[in-house]
Amino acid sequence: MTVMKKLSRSEMAQRVADDILEGSYVNLGIGVPTLVANYLGDKEVFLHSENGVLGMGPSPAPGEEDDDLINAGKQHVTLLPGGAYFHHADSFSMMRGGHIDIAVLGAFQVSVNGDLANWHTGAEGSIPAVGGAMDLATGARQVFVMMDHLTKTGESKLVPRCTYPLTGIGCVTRIYTDLAILDVTAQGLKVREIVADISFEDLQTLSGVPLIR
Amino acid sequence: MINKTFESVAAALDGIVDGSVIMVGGFGTAGMPSELVDGVIASGARELTIISNNAGNGEIGLAALLKAGRVAKVICSFPRQSDSYVFDELYLAGKVQLEVVPQGNLAERIRAAGSGIGAFYSPTGFGTLLAEGKETRVIDGRNYVLEMPLHADVALIKAEKGDRWGNLTYRKAARNFGPIMAMAAKTTIAQVSRIVELGELDPEHIITPGIFVQRVVAVPLAPISKANVN
Repeated sequence: MTVMKKLSRSEMAQRVADDILEGSYVNLGIGVPTLVANYLGDKEVFLHSENGVLGMGPSPAPGEEDDDLINAGKQHVTLLPGGAYFHHADSFSMMRGGHIDIAVLGAFQVSVNGDLANWHTGAEGSIPAVGGAMDLATGARQVFVMMDHLTKTGESKLVPRCTYPLTGIGCVTRIYTDLAILDVTAQGLKVREIVADISFEDLQTLSGVPLIR
Repeated sequence: MINKTFESVAAALDGIVDGSVIMVGGFGTAGMPSELVDGVIASGARELTIISNNAGNGEIGLAALLKAGRVAKVICSFPRQSDSYVFDELYLAGKVQLEVVPQGNLAERIRAAGSGIGAFYSPTGFGTLLAEGKETRVIDGRNYVLEMPLHADVALIKAEKGDRWGNLTYRKAARNFGPIMAMAAKTTIAQVSRIVELGELDPEHIITPGIFVQRVVAVPLAPISKANVN
């Protein structure tokens, strides 16, 4: 295959942001999903951080950092007017209690029925660390996954069955990759849009599971 | 007159024994009661079980306690971080046990202990490695895992202001685990930036009422950065 034009991470973040409605309560996972915050424009979207922040604002200006105001990735953030602080049990009640409309998470693998693997490779000598991933996967009303379509070695991250340890069962609702946007449906993975310059047949060939047009 | 304030960290920590189960507040370094943890190192207590969200950053606080070889077991949600090398080395050498708990289950197990709840069913972790061997139940068509409360002998937390009755306020996202850990331990020891006169804290703004706090000690903010005193 010739070199194909794929979405950059920023372009993927833009696509996710486009699908987030004003007034949504949203948790952006550590890593690439945090980029989504840069593309929400003028929409009032309530960003939640698991460590007890709702109404999270952008990064502070240099010199304005406050070590008591960080996000889940331990980066300095700010609080918007109207924002609030709360303790951990309240914060996870928001997540587990179905109050968060959308969680955007990274992933190692997503299965055809929406199982998510994103916390642990299970490799020998790796140290397991789960944080809030399982609570978000299980508790958010919608779980958007943002990931490359293929691994660095070219294998599909869409799989019949996750081979990495699971984060949650049947929890993913939509997948944004650098090649396509897909919905998890009862019938399987349905392509909403192909975002790279490839055909459906090309996308099918690259994906590890049958896709629905 | 009731006075829960102590003159020094060492005095506030009196009575911590080998084998204690100790909760340590904080999310990363925000809310980490580093001076109290340093006090535990100085106390000489060992074979400790630590319940905390992380397993130490750099070589301060919890990381220093681990480095001093005082910790037998860590119960946490997220040990592996860019600067958790002290824990990483001990764990990979088999020198410290680890129980990884999803963060929401960790918070709720702590809350449950403080609230007198015997156990609870949580949907988090169902069907994963972290629920292996645990009792499960279907409630209204949804799968749940039975989770047990997490009690502690001692909770070490960091708050903003405290008074002699043990009432506490917090600062920004440094609140995190403080209020629930205060509820879950037999003895809760709070380090505060400032001790204020009784009545000075607005009762509408007290986050942790003094009933959950046994000891308070002032540890004034170190002038690390000007941003810290906003």
